[in-house]
Amino acid sequence: MPAGYTREIPQRYRLEAGKCKKCGAVHFPQRLACACGSKDTEPYVLPSTGKIATYSVVRVGPSDFMDLVPYVVAVVELDDGTKLTCQVADAAPEEVSVGTPVTLEFRKVNQVGGHGIIKYGYKAVLDRFVE
Amino acid sequence: MRDVAIIGVGLNPKWGELWDKSLRTLFAEAALAAIEDAGVDHVDSMYVGCMTSGLFAGQEHLGSLMADYLGQPGLPATRVESACASGGAAVRSAFYEVASGASDIVLAGGVEKMTDVGGDGATYALSTAADADYEVYHGVTFPALYAMMAVDHMNRFGTTSEDLANVAVKNHNHGSMNPAAQYPFEVTVEQVLGSVMVADPLHILDCSPITDGAAAVVLCSMDKAKELAGDRPLVKIAGVGAATDTIALHQRPDLSWLGSTEKAAKTAFEMAGVGPDDIDFAEVHDCFTIAEIMVIEALGFVERGKGGAAARDGLTALGGKIPVNTSGGLKSKGHPVGATGAAQIVEGVTQLRGEAGDRQVEGARRGITQNMGGTGGSSVVHVLEVV
Ligand SMILES: [Zn+2]
Repeated sequence: MPAGYTREIPQRYRLEAGKCKKCGAVHFPQRLACACGSKDTEPYVLPSTGKIATYSVVRVGPSDFMDLVPYVVAVVELDDGTKLTCQVADAAPEEVSVGTPVTLEFRKVNQVGGHGIIKYGYKAVLDRFVE
Repeated sequence: MRDVAIIGVGLNPKWGELWDKSLRTLFAEAALAAIEDAGVDHVDSMYVGCMTSGLFAGQEHLGSLMADYLGQPGLPATRVESACASGGAAVRSAFYEVASGASDIVLAGGVEKMTDVGGDGATYALSTAADADYEVYHGVTFPALYAMMAVDHMNRFGTTSEDLANVAVKNHNHGSMNPAAQYPFEVTVEQVLGSVMVADPLHILDCSPITDGAAAVVLCSMDKAKELAGDRPLVKIAGVGAATDTIALHQRPDLSWLGSTEKAAKTAFEMAGVGPDDIDFAEVHDCFTIAEIMVIEALGFVERGKGGAAARDGLTALGGKIPVNTSGGLKSKGHPVGATGAAQIVEGVTQLRGEAGDRQVEGARRGITQNMGGTGGSSVVHVLEVV
């Protein structure tokens, strides 16, 4: 795996974020400087539950995602207010709307190129799929 | 700072899939047209706006390339990149070089050669304006990002797919009067809503096209411009503003508010000493129909949430209260990403000189241009007026 992939593993596999010690802002991914001016941040793990803030259905996708089309993508607002972008796994377009509750799970994101490198990360999952 | 005039403008005769014109030829054609229009025999410096010629054409280092092919080897020249706002950013850089007194005559332009790669190559190249690690990694495309902004706007303000389609209808109508437009045909609401869905709720006719094209302007000091203008109306850059926002859409507190456009406009309006009510026409960044709706809200032409009704009610059409995108906009004229911001200024000057033909805004004295990168991660705004 190239370094560009492995260095993002804490965020993508374990939802590791940062929190500003001065103003409490959550940064995902962790940052060296907060907009409040502080450079003092601490590790923080995101909650894995939240709701759909907005979404779309990708019907014309990049070649590396062609086998998934059509797939639902969303901005998810987690329970602590942090937002992030990901796919909504296994969801039919009509099952998703603004406000739909979801849980983030560790999933295969896609398979890249002819050699089939598999990329992993978080995906949002609808309640009916959560065990 | 001293006053800065726009003394020359240039475009390719027509934008589109220009298979017989290379990256360098596209730019040189527009730049030489602008230099000829200005009536000068040289420029002192140059800024070339371009988003990603490396990915589209395998070529970087555009300052050197374009100075050479302009017939001015040795010219100080720099490429400026701010995604789809590269052209506007190039003009802003030239403005400050003239305003500061460092140079008297500066060329600023933009170019993008997008059709040398296939559709998938273009999708990839354009996606680099979004957050590679935290948006694109997950399979999110550019249309999908704007689609998510549209869903937010629709959900909160009742904006409809018909409202979006009406932006395309209006801009294609305007573009039908622009000889340089890539797609100068008219469309109907039914055609837009019946076209292929790209990323719900955006149809293919809600999206701007893939375009080869370039645009250029020549800026100079007001004193020099008075010598050169002759009988023609003299156009000055009255205000300039630029701002950024988070590159990732999800980082923003409001998912359909263009904070960078609001900030850039505030700066430009303050410099010009005017406000939205003083503007006669606008050229804005309608890369997708929803973008124009969000932009006219951020520029202050309509209230927050009311942008959806503007095209439907004729407010932003030629003959309306504030005509928006008389050129046809990115939607009909075409969107060679790095060129777009400079081309908006070409249209602004054309209107202010009274040379816009059938699409002329009667009595146009002051206009605004708004050019935007990514999902609004950067914006550049210019206020132009007749002296
Ligand atoms: Zn802070």
